[in-house]
This record gives sequence, C-alpha cells and structure tokens, in this order.
Amino acid sequence: MSPPGGLAPPGDVVEAGLAASRGAGCVVLVHDRSEADVRFAVNRTTTNGVRRARTVTVATLGEVDGRATLGVASRSGAVDVTDLVRAAEAVAAASAPVDDAAPLLGGTVDGDFGEAPGTTDLSVLADVVAGLGGAFDRAEAANRVLAGFATHEVETTHVGTSEGLRRRHVQPTGSLEVVARTADGTGSAWASVGTADFADVTTEALEAELDRRLAWGARRVEVPAGRHAVVLPPSAVADLMVYLWTALGGQDAEDGHTVFSRPGGGTRVGDELSGRALQLRSDPAEPGLACAPFLATSSSSANVSAFDNGLAHERTAWIDGGRLERLLYHRAGAARHGARAASPIGNLVLEEPGAAGTTEDLVSRTERGLLVTCLWYIREVDPATLLLTGLTRDGVYRIEDGEVTGAVTNFRFNESPVDLLGRAADVGATVRTLGREFSEVLNRTAMPPVRVDDFNMSTVSPAS
Amino acid sequence: MAPRDTALGDVDAVVAAALGAAERLGVREASVRVEEIREQVVALRDGSLEAARDRTEVGVGLRVVHGGSVGFAATADLSTDAAASLAAQAVEAARVVASAQRRPVELAPEPPHGTVTWTSPHRVDPVDVPQADKVARLEAWSRRLLDAPGVDHVAAAVQAVSETKVYGDLAGTHATQRRVRVHPHLVATALDDAGGFETMRTVAPPVGRGWEYLDGEGWDWDAELDRLPEQLAEKLASPSVEPGRYDLVIDPTNLWLTIHESIGHATELDRALGYEAAYAGTSFATPDGLGSLAYGSDVVHVVGDRTQEHGLATVAIDDEGVEAQSFDLIRDGVLAGYQLDRATAAVAGRDRSNGCAFADSPLHVPIQRMANVSLQPAPGDGPSTEELIGGVERGLYVVGDRSWSIDMQRYNFQFTAQRFYRIERGRLVGQLRDTAYQGTTTEFWGSVEAVGGRSTYLLCGAFNCGKGQPGQVAPVSHGAPSVLVRGVNVLNTKAEGGR
Repeated sequence: MSPPGGLAPPGDVVEAGLAASRGAGCVVLVHDRSEADVRFAVNRTTTNGVRRARTVTVATLGEVDGRATLGVASRSGAVDVTDLVRAAEAVAAASAPVDDAAPLLGGTVDGDFGEAPGTTDLSVLADVVAGLGGAFDRAEAANRVLAGFATHEVETTHVGTSEGLRRRHVQPTGSLEVVARTADGTGSAWASVGTADFADVTTEALEAELDRRLAWGARRVEVPAGRHAVVLPPSAVADLMVYLWTALGGQDAEDGHTVFSRPGGGTRVGDELSGRALQLRSDPAEPGLACAPFLATSSSSANVSAFDNGLAHERTAWIDGGRLERLLYHRAGAARHGARAASPIGNLVLEEPGAAGTTEDLVSRTERGLLVTCLWYIREVDPATLLLTGLTRDGVYRIEDGEVTGAVTNFRFNESPVDLLGRAADVGATVRTLGREFSEVLNRTAMPPVRVDDFNMSTVSPAS
Repeated sequence: MAPRDTALGDVDAVVAAALGAAERLGVREASVRVEEIREQVVALRDGSLEAARDRTEVGVGLRVVHGGSVGFAATADLSTDAAASLAAQAVEAARVVASAQRRPVELAPEPPHGTVTWTSPHRVDPVDVPQADKVARLEAWSRRLLDAPGVDHVAAAVQAVSETKVYGDLAGTHATQRRVRVHPHLVATALDDAGGFETMRTVAPPVGRGWEYLDGEGWDWDAELDRLPEQLAEKLASPSVEPGRYDLVIDPTNLWLTIHESIGHATELDRALGYEAAYAGTSFATPDGLGSLAYGSDVVHVVGDRTQEHGLATVAIDDEGVEAQSFDLIRDGVLAGYQLDRATAAVAGRDRSNGCAFADSPLHVPIQRMANVSLQPAPGDGPSTEELIGGVERGLYVVGDRSWSIDMQRYNFQFTAQRFYRIERGRLVGQLRDTAYQGTTTEFWGSVEAVGGRSTYLLCGAFNCGKGQPGQVAPVSHGAPSVLVRGVNVLNTKAEGGR
C-alpha cells in the first residue's frame, strides 16, 4: 500500500526542515503511524478503524544571555516544514533558558533513511476477524459473552540533526486480547497476546485459555481480605514493573521526592532492593522484543531531552543482582549529577538468572494462596514508598495444596512494587507478556510469574 | 468571537469530498469530522523552564454504517483526494468485519440541525498567549512559593487547548464548533530532616475558559498561592491518621472525582451493556435497575449536562450530530437515566441519543463519552461547608483530589486527597497524613446525609478521562456542593504499605 498522496517522503521533510533552519542547531523528527484495529463486545464487532497519521516536530536552538534556549513546534498532516521551522525559531528567540542543553548529536546515518514509512491495514487482522465469527458462535452456545480488541500498528520514525545524524526505525506493534464473561455476569476470564505481525496469533489459542479459567470458576469459595500468599502471573508483574519503571526518574530522585531518593540527599543507586538476583532491564536488541535503538522525543521533560534526539540506546539494567543500578537522566542531568545518561527504551524485562517454572509450576509449589489473573486501575497512593492501589480483575482463584480449587471474589490491593521485589518468595521463568492496564504504554514486556507470601488484599471488591 | 485562523483549508470541500464519495458507494449513514486541535504544555521546575510543547493535530475521519457494520477510516492528509479515498477504506472496513457480525449495528435517529456555529465562552484563546508570557506567569508563581519558608521544590505547569471541529453528515447537519480549555497547576514539595517529604498541589480546577482564568476570572489564584506554603508546612508536621470509620465532609475539589468514577462512568450505557467489558469495564448499574436502583440517599440528585457554561464536555452538537442536552441520571437517590450515544440508544430502544458521543482526535471513531456529570446542591440557601462541618462530632474534612482507583464494575473505590483535616466537635483541628477513604458506591452515596447549598458548589473536572480502544482521552467537568457522608472507612496508607 502506498503512502497518502498528500504527504511528502519523510526523509525529504527532514532534509527540507534542516535546510530551512537559520539557528544554531536544529532537529527534525517525522513520526508516521499506520494503524488498523477491530473491537468487539457482546459477541459482535463494534468499532474498527484504519488510519494514517503523521506528526512533524522541529526543535531549534537559540541563545539568550549566553545560555541555550530551545524552540519546539509540532504539527500533523501535510506540514509546511519551513513554516514550522520559523515557528520553532520564534519560540527559541523568546524562550527562557533551559537546563537540559547539550551538543546535538551527529555521526550515524542509516542506509534506509530515504525509504517510505511502513504501513498496515485490516488485511493483517483478516484471520483474527475470521476466527472471531466462530468464536462468537461457540460463546453463544456456551452461554458466554466475548469482548476484546485486535490492533496492529506500524510506526516509522525519522530523525535528523543539523550535525549530520540521520536515523530511521520501523516499529510494528500488535496485540489481541479477549475477555470471556458468563452470561449471568458472575464469572470472567482474560487472555492476551502481543505480536509484531499476527502470524503467530489464533483466536482458538486464547479461547482454550479462557475455557480453562472459566472452568476454574465453576466452584466459588469465599476468602476474606487480608494478607495472602499470591501468585502473580507475568501479566500482573508487567503492570507493576511498568509502574516502577515510570518512577525511575533521576531528577525527581535527586530532588528528594521519590522512592529512589536517599534520605539526606542523593539517590538510592547501589541499594539492595531484593535479596534475589533479579534483573530489570531494557535492551533495544532484546530477542522478540526489539525496539528503536535510538531516542526520538518531540519534547523535553525532567529526564528526557530534545537535545538528545538520536542518542543510541544501550542495554540498560535498571536493577541488577537485586540492586538499584541506573536511573533515567538526560545527558545534561547526568553530567550535573555524576551519573550515566539513560533514556526510556521501548521494552522492559524482569528476569532472575536460572529461575524456572511457569505460572502453573508456581501454583503447584504453593501450599495455600491465591492466583491472580491480572491487575487493574493501578494508581499511586504514596510516592515515598511507591505504594500503589489497584484491583484484581477477571478471575482470582484459590490455591490449595498446589492445585486451583475454585474462584474467589476480586480484591483491592495496596502494595509497592519496590517492596514486592524484596518479598518475592518464588520466581519463575521469564516469558513475553502483556500488562492488562499498561500495555498501551509499553507493549513489549517479558516477565516471570512471582509469588509473594504476604500480599496485601486490602478489601473485597464485589465486582465480577 | 471571531473565527479562528486554522490550517484546515477549504473545510467544506473536504467534508463534501468524503460524504459525496460515501454516497456514491451506496452508503446511507455517514458522518465526517475535520478537526484542528492545538495543544500546548509549558512546565517549570523550581522556576526554570523544563518542558514546552506546542502541537497542532489536523485530520479528517469518516464513519459509515454500511451493511449492518461500522467502518471508520481517517487520515492526517487534508486533501480532497485523501478525504474522498476514506469512503472506500471505511466501506472496506465495514465489509471485513461483517464476516464476524452476528447482529446489525443500528443508530437511533436524530433530526438534521442544518448549519450550526458555536464557540465556547472565553476572552483570550490560551494558545494565542506567547510561550514567553506563559513561562513568565509560571515563573512568578513558582518564585512566590519558593520564597516561602519550608518550600523546597515547586513544579508548575499550564496546559492549554484550542480545538476547531467541523462535523457534517448525510442527514444534513453541518456544525462548526470551537472550544478552548486551560489548566494551570502547581505542586509544592517540602522535605523533612528525616528524609521524608510531603507535597501539596493547587486545587484550582481545569476549566472551559480562556487565559483570563489565570488573571483571576473564575479563581482566586492569589488567595490559593498565599495559603499553600502554610498548608504544606502544617501537613508535613501533622500526625498520621488513626484508621477507622469517620464522618466525612467532602469539598467539591475532591468530590468531583468520586462523582466521576462512581457515577459518571457507572451510568454510561455502553458500559452497562457490556461494550467496554474488555477494557474500561462494565457497571453494576444495569438497565434492569432503571427507575428502581437505590443509588444514594434521597438528597442525591445527579444530572448529565453537555450545555453547562465553562464545562469541559460542553458542546452544541456531539460527534454524531446530536444536539447537546441536559438529563437526570440519579433523581431522589434512584437511578433515573444513562448517558447515550446513537448505537447504545438504539440497543436500548430509545428514540434518541442524549448527545454523549465524542472522539478525541479526527483519527479516532466517536464512542460514548461522559457528559458533565454533576451533583446538584440543596435547593434554596442550603447549608454552608462550615455548617456541614459543624454537624460532625468526629470526622474529616477532605479537600482536593489526589490518587483514585475503582474496580471495573464501579463498586469498590479508594481516594486520597491534598488535605485531610480532622474534625472534632464541629471544628477543624489540624491536618492528618497518610489518609485514604474507601467505599462501595451505593453504600457511600446512601450515606450522604446532607448536600451543601449553592454557595458551596464548584465546577471541577479533568482533561484526561480515559476510555476505549484504541485509548481516547476526554475532557469533562463535574460540579458538586460540599457533602456530609456518615461512617466512611478511612485507611492509614503507611499501615497499608506494611510500615
């Protein structure tokens, strides 16, 4: 499929923007996004969409009283990039100085920089849609109701700087998730899969997992709120670790107001967070989870700088051997605080070397406890401890003598993912997974199942 | 208010190209939106510029209902050729999903409204204020806080949005609407000698107003910034709460979010019917309870309203061509209505939607989104907040929203606040730390003993209500008076964290 006729080749847009720049330095980014999705509920398709988006961002450098300024402007569609450069320059000329200034990056030129953006369309989801028809029929026959979402997108990023850097990356991202509910609303189950191209996805595989979980719900038992041994499957661990990952800001830690701040000043880098040899890492070359090998950001923030566009990502262990190893800093912030620069990378992996076992294996190693399906509506209660609250969703099951023996109610939890790393009683093998709540934030995650023996289920939720 | 210059070009030609192409393909139900959304964010840390974004999104999106299925296609390319090509893409999308369709999609009827032009009330479009002026305002406010004793850090930011939306459909509605919104907010942080810290955020709500809001129209910024350092110092030195049951007097700056989560979302009919079961969730307030479900005490009267002045969800015509309306959701404590779009209205057998369709981008399909959902104050003079506090022997006065969480059927919730004040024998006696309140929706609203009068009413809200897949964010306002709620479960968050 060819790109929309009204949109110029992205490489040409970058070059035109850089050529138009009259300032001390310039960065031009072009994000092209092609998406196709199908949504379904109550055993029917509901909404869908195919869409093409383009956003062009120009960041130009200026100077006021000997200090660097930055002007940033972004527009979507068929952009007059010269006009956009002038808008950014006008902002830079009137801007207050910024603290994240650093020399623009040059050097690397990707050979495919002149190529067109990647695309997708609904044909990628054709097999899934075809499978859904049968799945709806089977659900109706079993007195169940299916809902879910299949989505595929291809995002193409072009970055160029006035120092000669030219980077291009094409990122395909896809997922299918399905919820099955009993028609009377008393039971539900959720299953999902992340994928780059849907070649490895069938609705039947997810249906089988949903069947198994709904069968567990045939027997319902009561378990009160309180502290329980809880087996968190990889999906639930992913949501907790993604939240922890968002709290890794170096500047906030330096300023004394995060869980990673050291009382009295500085950060907790080097502190032991867990007695287990856990590693939390991001790596653009992670097998099966590959992502952009360079930074492309359309604005600065506390830990990410537009000056750093094109900065090469490296394998980064945020936590290694159970110790806090790295925090997020842009180059200027890293220099100020004597740290190494690290920017957000598009995947996250938690792994314990040598750990083995699936979620089912952890269940079999648990004498008495609860098995959670996934977590939902997770929000920060106390930044000092990173205490989070949230709820279990779509299935909580009682474990007795290593077996699932029935379904229990949902619970509200209050827990800190930092504390949980220190209290992990059993850890399994790491597998690719999708968080229930934050997979839109970070689709590419790999996590182990984890058992925590005193997980705080604060109150019962009657939701089913 | 003069029309705004936009990058949309010949909008009428784009609308005509998309609708004409759809009609030529035999489509009878089609609507198109051509939009420009300009969004700016300026953020300062300790008085220095940290981040500035200025993004303009344009695009055109076409929805068809064809052969019993929905099809949607959109592009950022505003050429008439691109707009016309959307028709074939949308029809193809409807054809692809038809293979899995088991029941046809229908839309409740809506009469055509001809040509409509509407602008939200404001004096100064906030995106037209130069970035340097925004920085200067935030820097002055930051310095004011940083100069106060006990304030160690200040984060300040302002978000400003100006959107122009042109809607057209085959029925004959052609609406051009422009609305603005702005949200300034500051967070002050105080560190203690033991390595602990507390924060306090301004409680000034986001509003459907222009830059004049920062000049004091609709909020007394001087008064709030004057009080904040002292309030923060008091909080840092305050004792930890003793968990248990307390009577709560809840200020509208906190209660709006409880309304949003436990009433606003629970009375969305698409949720109640199961259309959000995979993502946002469902609702305990199912249609069989309409007219009978005891949602709250008899003083609880909640209205959905897309016409409220300065409301963040206020429009003239929604994104399906339906006229904006006001309607009861809870009346005398009983579930009285739902928020509808045209598809859910048809499923429910209603003769018309009440105008709650919205898409946050021209590239997203409209879905049912929240109206301004507001708790009505007591009729007449009603009690003041002080009078409500005066009726409490042992309780807490809750001000300003902070964290929030609720389950997928909207039963079990937990909220914290910017400030929890202890009430003893009808008087405020200082703040408490480490506090959260938890409840179950119908029990909580059933325990509302009194609602304050009009003098306590405030319209609050958020820019970022999330729903749908792919995810969409919507701005929405919630008005509320102060309320008195008896016997609410209060937690100590440090104890919850095992400390």
